[in-house]
Amino acid sequence: MLLSRKCRFGALAIAILLAGALIFTPGVFAESHQDAYKIGGIFSVTGPASFLGDPEKKSMELAIEEINAAGGVDGRMLEPVIYDTEGDPSKTVMAVGKLINKDRVTAIIGPSRTPTTLAVTPMVKRAKLPFISCAAGNKIVDPVKPWVFKTAQSDVQAVASIYEHIQQRDIQKVGIITVSNSFGESGKEQLLAQAGDFGITVVSSQSFGASDTDMTAQLTKIRQEKPGAIICWGTNPGPAVVAKNAKQLGIEIPLYQSHGVASPKFIDLAGDAAEGIFLPTGKILVADLLADDDPQKQVLTDYINAYESKYNETVSGFGGYAYDAVHLLARAMEGTNGDKAKIRKNLETLKNYVGISGVFNFSKTDHNGLDPSAFVMVKIKDGKWELVE
Amino acid sequence: MNDKAHKIAYAVFALAVILLGWQVDNQYYLQLMIFIGLNTLLALSLNMLMGYAGQISLGHAAFYGIGAYVTAILTTTYQVAPVLALPAAVGTAMLVAWIVGIPTLRLSGYYLGMGTLGFGMIVHIVLREWSSVTGGASGFVGIPPLEIGLVVFASGKNYFFLVWAVVLLCLIMCRRIIDSRVGRALRSIHDGEKAAAAVGVDTKKLKLQVFVFSAGMAALAGFLYAHLVYFISPGTFSFVASIRIVTMVVIGGMASIWGALLGASLLTLLPEWLHAFSEFEMVVYGLILMGVMIFLPRGLTRGVLDVYERYRKNHDR
Repeated sequence: MLLSRKCRFGALAIAILLAGALIFTPGVFAESHQDAYKIGGIFSVTGPASFLGDPEKKSMELAIEEINAAGGVDGRMLEPVIYDTEGDPSKTVMAVGKLINKDRVTAIIGPSRTPTTLAVTPMVKRAKLPFISCAAGNKIVDPVKPWVFKTAQSDVQAVASIYEHIQQRDIQKVGIITVSNSFGESGKEQLLAQAGDFGITVVSSQSFGASDTDMTAQLTKIRQEKPGAIICWGTNPGPAVVAKNAKQLGIEIPLYQSHGVASPKFIDLAGDAAEGIFLPTGKILVADLLADDDPQKQVLTDYINAYESKYNETVSGFGGYAYDAVHLLARAMEGTNGDKAKIRKNLETLKNYVGISGVFNFSKTDHNGLDPSAFVMVKIKDGKWELVE
Repeated sequence: MNDKAHKIAYAVFALAVILLGWQVDNQYYLQLMIFIGLNTLLALSLNMLMGYAGQISLGHAAFYGIGAYVTAILTTTYQVAPVLALPAAVGTAMLVAWIVGIPTLRLSGYYLGMGTLGFGMIVHIVLREWSSVTGGASGFVGIPPLEIGLVVFASGKNYFFLVWAVVLLCLIMCRRIIDSRVGRALRSIHDGEKAAAAVGVDTKKLKLQVFVFSAGMAALAGFLYAHLVYFISPGTFSFVASIRIVTMVVIGGMASIWGALLGASLLTLLPEWLHAFSEFEMVVYGLILMGVMIFLPRGLTRGVLDVYERYRKNHDR
């Protein structure tokens, strides 16, 4: 026997552990029903995407309060269980594991970002749990996964509304500049994919890092190709730098931004350079400018008033994703007695729900339920938003 | 510790793992323990490099990422069986470590830190920007579960045993390296590179070897992570992740096999326990780490032993 005793001992221990690995097969757990329905929430409350997660968490709490004040769902209250993901996929996986197996929630709302959402979709599929994401990426619902829904407008619709506007102005060549994170990448994908449908050619495609402070080089490259318009896709603060640099370089062609910067903060950051910029935004930013017969006007005004009086801060364009998700979920939960399969089925067939981000019409093939009318085109004029038609 | 003590420690460890695996049914706790296992592997791999050989690496998450991405690309894009992807994942990371190690390990101290930091950032940028292959910033979806022969490692329980079997294997492997001639040579590099060279240790070769070994182990953790979560994105393997691994090693105790386990457990469990503090979570977390470093500057393992020894000395007097 050449092996030392220590070695043999180690081998034995490993063999036992591996045997354990082979014996155990997936376990099944009994459902537990309590008086209140527990609803899980996972948002990036801190970290780089806190501008999404913080208003989402607050809006979820607000929506649940409203529903409970109105008597709950079939007389049963909703109880939020919210964890912070810090925008980190591993933390999100951990939080969802906790929500599913420890807190035993009925459904989960969030997370705020596309990568964190994609990280947990296999888990909700395995757990067969209704899941409504608040992230923008189109990858979440394309291809459609039975248990996964989302309330944020997709870049598909944002790109369509920008291109529609560009087409109306008879511009055929555009240059694009996108941020190198999941938001920018998804936008770039859509910008390149949809250009042909509108008879538009993308003559130059540049990218910038999320925390870069100078985009002159990229803009100069775009200018050399002589496009008729520039489209920038990113979230603050990068796009503000693009706007400033474009002004410094004396670029006269129209500049389009994405809905990712649709907040007053962008105007603060870009200052003068923001003048004349076009961007698509959810209607929440321009609620007071909407026509009175707009179906969303009432919902938007109520939400804005409730949010601002509860939290004493200006409403952001992002909290609405979670607010819509809670209300949609509550609607789908009616009469199901917490049966997850029924809730999912109800969500999938939910029609004409007027929410913050648009009018939702879910179907078997569409788990986002919004169309391009969820966006309006706005122009920045004298430091304010102005609706354009 | 002598041979017998080690054997007892392994036995206690294996027994604890088996008991936990048997008794715990809640998927959440199993998942938590699986993550502790993965972090232990990472901390252990860095400890070999940092704790024993004294070479700092601020880019260790890069190897973790390489392991995860190689298996993801092979098994998903090219439909290779995970068993075959494992040597490829570990091998790629080791090859990269070898190539990068030759110039970087000529550096020392802060400069080595900077060099490895830069390397980690480059890998992170490649993962993020090479979107046709890696899926870019939005991540890589659809990684298949781990299948070995007829067994599918999908449930929390059998993955738990798999991960911890790997951890135990690595613990024993590291222990044996450290106790060998190579291990003594490594520690001599830690204490004084020139002195080590003067007594005939081939420091360059040894440093490179331990770097490559360490990278392979981190890649193994990456491989296990990818097949556990079925999704990876560059964010998991960023600079912050590298720092977290360094923290685990320092908090747990440098140059200690069990320190890696302790550090990884503490840093994985702490955020979960601190949820109760909600808004103050990060503050409390920071305070605890600070407290450990102020009162037990040599890490938890050494620190607890120090406290014990001091107590005994006082008692004997």
